[in-house]
Amino acid sequence: MFIGYFTERPYQDQESGYFGSTGRDIADLGISNREYNPRLGSDLYNRYLDEKVYAEEMGFDGVMLNEHHSPPFCMGGVVNVEAAILSRITQRVKIVILGNVLPIWEDPLWLAEELAEIDMISRGRLVTGWVRRTGRESVAHNAQAPFNWERFQEAHDLVLAAWTKPGPFRWEGEHYNYRYVNPWAKTYQQPHPQIWIPGVMSRNTVKWAAEHRYPYVMLATELEPTKNSYDYYTDVAKENGYEAGTQHRSYLFKVHVDETEELADQAARKYVEGPSNPFLEGNQGIVRPYLQNLPGMTSRTNLLPTVTSFTQSAARGRQVAHQEATGKDGSQVPEDYSSYESQKERMSIITGTPKTVIPKIRHVLEYLRPGSIFFWDGDGAMDHDDAMRSLRLMGEEIIPATREMAKEFDLKGPFEMDTKTNEPIEEGEAIPAGGQ
Amino acid sequence: MTTAEQTWTESTTEVAGLSVRYLQGGSGPAAVVLHHSTGNIGWVPFYEALAQNFTVTVPDLPGYGQSERPAWARDARDIAILMSHFLTRVAPDSPTLVGLGFGGFIAAELAAINQDRIGSLVLVGAAGLQPDEGEILDQMLVSYGEYMTAGFRDEAHFQEIFGEEVAPEVRELWDFSREMTARLSWKPYMFNRRLAPVLGEVQTPTLVVAGSEEKVVPLSCARQYAAALPNATLEVVQGAGHLVDYEEPEALAALITSHAGA
Repeated sequence: MFIGYFTERPYQDQESGYFGSTGRDIADLGISNREYNPRLGSDLYNRYLDEKVYAEEMGFDGVMLNEHHSPPFCMGGVVNVEAAILSRITQRVKIVILGNVLPIWEDPLWLAEELAEIDMISRGRLVTGWVRRTGRESVAHNAQAPFNWERFQEAHDLVLAAWTKPGPFRWEGEHYNYRYVNPWAKTYQQPHPQIWIPGVMSRNTVKWAAEHRYPYVMLATELEPTKNSYDYYTDVAKENGYEAGTQHRSYLFKVHVDETEELADQAARKYVEGPSNPFLEGNQGIVRPYLQNLPGMTSRTNLLPTVTSFTQSAARGRQVAHQEATGKDGSQVPEDYSSYESQKERMSIITGTPKTVIPKIRHVLEYLRPGSIFFWDGDGAMDHDDAMRSLRLMGEEIIPATREMAKEFDLKGPFEMDTKTNEPIEEGEAIPAGGQ
Repeated sequence: MTTAEQTWTESTTEVAGLSVRYLQGGSGPAAVVLHHSTGNIGWVPFYEALAQNFTVTVPDLPGYGQSERPAWARDARDIAILMSHFLTRVAPDSPTLVGLGFGGFIAAELAAINQDRIGSLVLVGAAGLQPDEGEILDQMLVSYGEYMTAGFRDEAHFQEIFGEEVAPEVRELWDFSREMTARLSWKPYMFNRRLAPVLGEVQTPTLVVAGSEEKVVPLSCARQYAAALPNATLEVVQGAGHLVDYEEPEALAALITSHAGA
């Protein structure tokens, strides 16, 4: 079992009235950066890095980073900078980037070089993931939305070629063209670092991940649909001639543990406060569907459009936008569904003392059977003390108990079982075969 | 939007291996209308007005409506090349080419590439040039409903035309059209820096039309076209917004008739 730690790194600003504990509305791409205070940003970046160093001390196997562009709920605008720093200030943890937003890169060869440097500086601790992201990121870096999926796939192929194929060689693709691919920096892990693919509900991405035998990381989705998505991965795996195992399944979920039930309750409520994050259920973030789902972000390929086909296409586009915006079918959601109480009840938020939290984690592990998990904590309006109390208790009680349960359920992660061969990886083996 | 008795026909032809659908109606000299980036919703009153004096042909631009998508197309010039071949097939005798909005951008590109194909040119609220003043409204950052509303002189007139609840098939067409537009015009948005330098070669008699209440393509673009094209005149339609064809269909048809001498 691989156990990682994650937070969005929210921009918490008690002064502005928009951030911090106020939970006031922030419309997607609707807030000017004139609100931004770099002094505060400096403190927060350093705080979040310090917390990750502490997470390593507390026994986590990995620290996860993600990337968004322009929203205050996530300060990770240049995820490779944080990863590079962590590669030097930590000693043991895997640095799990979930992930770089491939389609917005105009020069993926540069990305291949950055990641190779991170892998070398960390002495082979990089796990590199790729995402397509939503319209927000395409707008922020002006990447042509209808080619998002094509660019994702071509950039992936180019980065892998740059890492694995001896140069120099020429790359004349549909979206990327190079006359001389010959990066001097190569990845420490050979042939390349492990690739994990995070997602929410996209069948395309699950299918693609399964075809490549990349672990699929479900991001804080509800338990039943998560299980269904794993089942879909398993089906695609079968079609591709292999059995999906726990090493192919990963799950990010919200866990905050505290010294008393009262403290836990006070802190975990802050998941639904803070700089309005539409990915945190119950928060006040407002997503604009037409931005999240820019034209062509989702598949609407139509060779010979008829009224019927474009009707279906349009409907599919809106449905995906809605899912991405809300994570659920709005027509069936009760009003109080996103309240803290409701989320706690449904285990969308797991919180309490170690005594009450461990059985809930047990349920998640037993029901989903993931080989790797990430605890999503220290988010929303939670402050440094909230995050540190939880991290300490995770180290003292939650992580050891989780490892025991993983053994009991035989949950092996991608560093124990090679996702490409389904063979065990020997302890201390320098080069995980899963990177092949 | 269609008239009670159908006065038009629907056909398809093939250009560069792609099926192109077009509507046709009226009688007289040929006029070909290139639609806005939001697609063609049907035989609208403007076509009917124009059809009183012209044989009007309205293709669904490749990749829009019922016309097959050229997956390789990357800009307005690619569509202009296809439309030039379409004219050869469907309207070979020096037609009047009318371009609306994004269709105006394509019409201007077509004239720059192959002015011999057309007898006269009409650019209505045409995009294609970087405005000297202001910026072209970016439809990618607003909902398609907001974008269409911005094309009218005011919201009331939009509702008068499309109703308080826009018909689902029309909303779907707008949504669908945005994808093709995003494939053709993203960076830079709705203009081509390589167009202005060649407009001076276009000798085609050109009528440049813009609404006085234009909020989508700045009026400066119309002035720039009129200045760059050697044989152009500028008409500003008072009280109309960007969608002059929806707001003042009769007046626009009359201007075109007068310009083309039909």
